Amino acid sequence: MQETNEKTAAMIEHLAAVNKILEKYNCDESKLIPILQEVQEEYKYLSKDVISYVATSLDIPPAKVYGVATFYAHFALEPKGKYVFKLCDGTACHVKKSHSILHALYDRLGLSDDKQTTDDLMFTVETVSCLGACGLAPVMLVNEDVYGQVKPEEAVAIIDDILAKAAAAE
Amino acid sequence: MSNKILSDIKAKYDEVVNNSVERRITLCAGTGCVANGALEVRDALVKELEKAGQKAVIELDYEDNHDHGDEKLNYVSKSGCQGFCQMGPLVKIQPGNIIYTKVKVEDVREIVESTIVNDDVVERLVYENPATGKKSVTEEEIDFYNRQTRVVLENSTIEPDSIEEYISKGGYKGIENALEMTSMEVCEEVLASGMRGRGGGGFPTGLKWKFTLASQNDKKYVICNGDEGDPGAFMDRSVLEGNPHSVIEGMMIAAKAIEADEGYVYVRAEYPLAVKRMNRAVADAERIGLLGDDILGTGFSFKLHVMEGAGAFVCGEETALIASIEGKRGMPMPKPPFPAQSGLWGKPTVINNVETLASIPGILRDGAAKYKAIGTEKSPGTKTFALTGHVANTGLIEVPFGTTLREIVYEIGGGVTNNAGEITGEDFKSVQIGGPSGGCLTPEMLDMPLDFDSLQEVGAMVGSGGLVVMNNETCMIQVARFFMQFTQNESCGKCVPCREGTKQMLALLDDIIAGEATADTLELLEQTAHAVKAGSLCGLGKTAPNPVLSTLKYFKNEYDAHVFDKSCPANECKALAKPEIIADKCKGCTACKRVCPVNAIEGEVKVAHTIDAEKCIKCGACKEKCKFDAIVGV
Repeated sequence: MQETNEKTAAMIEHLAAVNKILEKYNCDESKLIPILQEVQEEYKYLSKDVISYVATSLDIPPAKVYGVATFYAHFALEPKGKYVFKLCDGTACHVKKSHSILHALYDRLGLSDDKQTTDDLMFTVETVSCLGACGLAPVMLVNEDVYGQVKPEEAVAIIDDILAKAAAAE
Repeated sequence: MSNKILSDIKAKYDEVVNNSVERRITLCAGTGCVANGALEVRDALVKELEKAGQKAVIELDYEDNHDHGDEKLNYVSKSGCQGFCQMGPLVKIQPGNIIYTKVKVEDVREIVESTIVNDDVVERLVYENPATGKKSVTEEEIDFYNRQTRVVLENSTIEPDSIEEYISKGGYKGIENALEMTSMEVCEEVLASGMRGRGGGGFPTGLKWKFTLASQNDKKYVICNGDEGDPGAFMDRSVLEGNPHSVIEGMMIAAKAIEADEGYVYVRAEYPLAVKRMNRAVADAERIGLLGDDILGTGFSFKLHVMEGAGAFVCGEETALIASIEGKRGMPMPKPPFPAQSGLWGKPTVINNVETLASIPGILRDGAAKYKAIGTEKSPGTKTFALTGHVANTGLIEVPFGTTLREIVYEIGGGVTNNAGEITGEDFKSVQIGGPSGGCLTPEMLDMPLDFDSLQEVGAMVGSGGLVVMNNETCMIQVARFFMQFTQNESCGKCVPCREGTKQMLALLDDIIAGEATADTLELLEQTAHAVKAGSLCGLGKTAPNPVLSTLKYFKNEYDAHVFDKSCPANECKALAKPEIIADKCKGCTACKRVCPVNAIEGEVKVAHTIDAEKCIKCGACKEKCKFDAIVGV
């Protein structure tokens, strides 16, 4: 009983932020997308628990929330790394050989199309459709920072830089 | 008519600018320039100016009524995307109209010392045409700019966060005029301008509005489609970032025309800066009373929401976009009923593209006739294009409909570049226009005037306006595959022809690229393409085969080379490439020979090496080592 109570208390605390977001949108079913966006902002990804909780609160089946969460590319159902590298694969970046940058990053971190996040949850490497900065192709986002006219060795250098800084901080 | 609000704001703005601003320094702050450090340059400018004893502000204070005597301001403002992304960050200094390119924080002190204090030009920051070597100090002298006709982008150098400046340039004059007209008169005026929707299809905007006006209902909606998902296109982003008030004004005019009182701006989530500027613009318009109830005392009310998309290309399709605003999976619905009859929450809805809406205020301000005078008979007005790829000047451009591809690629774009970035004069292969729904144009079409109908005839479309220039080193099958991969990924899966067809087409293209195709592959590819085109539910599927069909039509020889000769003319398809060392370039340094894991490279020191195609496993190690770009096909 004690253990169950503790678990429940931890869950309530864990979901406190969701409650705030749900309140802000009046538990309005039609605001599901902005709700999920804010929830993801808070937790970095959408866990099963959170999806069920949102569904129950909005009085809709979890399958519907899951359906929306899997339909849109922006929602992540798995945790991502602390540093998310988003490599643009729009037309302009593609013809300017963005894939060579992708492979350089994969090689450096031991990642692939099937495994995009490092085990230590430090880095995620993924491609995104056009970021709309085609004049600077190829373009890469590291979290919120935009890098233009990137070369493979520069992209790898960013990783080395982050790792060096992390090591220095320790 | 209580247009006093607008004229008061204009008067106040003019007064502040005339009385206190001596110099205007504009930093381009579109996504591209911000990425290259434009905001850091701005902060450094303010600091350096102050060090030099000058007063500098980044925002004007309209409440400031003090007389500052002779002490005048440097107004360091930002602007939306000025289009010349590759040359950014751009700094424009007025008076003098000087433009500096690729400005870095380290350059700021010299700019302040030379240009601001001593009225000298910093030569090394001046734009130099890569093809001719000609230097241009002012915007008017730069070919990239002076060959354009800017209508939608006319106010691209104003401060996007200042509603006051927008109003001072004649902004919100269009809605003011519209509010004195009947809804039908507004529709008629837009119809008379010949304005066609810039989202891709080219449907007459005035007609769309008339249909929606005719639908009787107590509630109607206006939606701005800012879900610009086409890879290689960023004009909507630039407009939303650079001139958000023009979009708001366009939506207000649309609302007046169809008798709506609520609207949504749907912006792609990949454009955080556009969302931020749009939110600020809506808040400012509400503050002044241009959004809300009883606007300008005319009884007209309009409420505007900004919604961020969540990353689904198909949401650019209007019925899918509506589903997305309603909080559902963004899947398209069969039409009819059209949104004009039953759209958002089942109410009559008008959906217009960003560029369409941004063009509307000018029509209502200056009249339909003036608008119709630009462009061609059947495609009036201008079109913005995102000029990218293998071209010397990449960026955002605006030209009248009817401009030829040659003018765009060679005069504005400055010519085609090879993979090393050099202009050689003979590298032009193709231009891909209209993104995943569009097609590829060939050198023979360089002199064709670009408009909605001429492009349709050659199997392409204006689409959202992405223009990706490709050089001879680009394999057209790879280009077709790129788009097929994109549409296959983005197909929502609702209808079978699109869901399964795009997958099969992608597999067939992969066979061709891998050298495993036969004549049957080509036939099957074409048949499937036609089936997907005919059988798909929405625009995504209906146009998805276009990149394949147009390359099949105009670059059949390349497909044949892949299928029958098992070779890739552009040497891009790895499985088909013939490994070779170009004797002229090889210096015989032996670096490649030493790194080859299978001993496929032979040759003595200082003598051109050769590569044995039979032994080569195409690992690419030699190419990586070669400093002279002598190795191809690995």
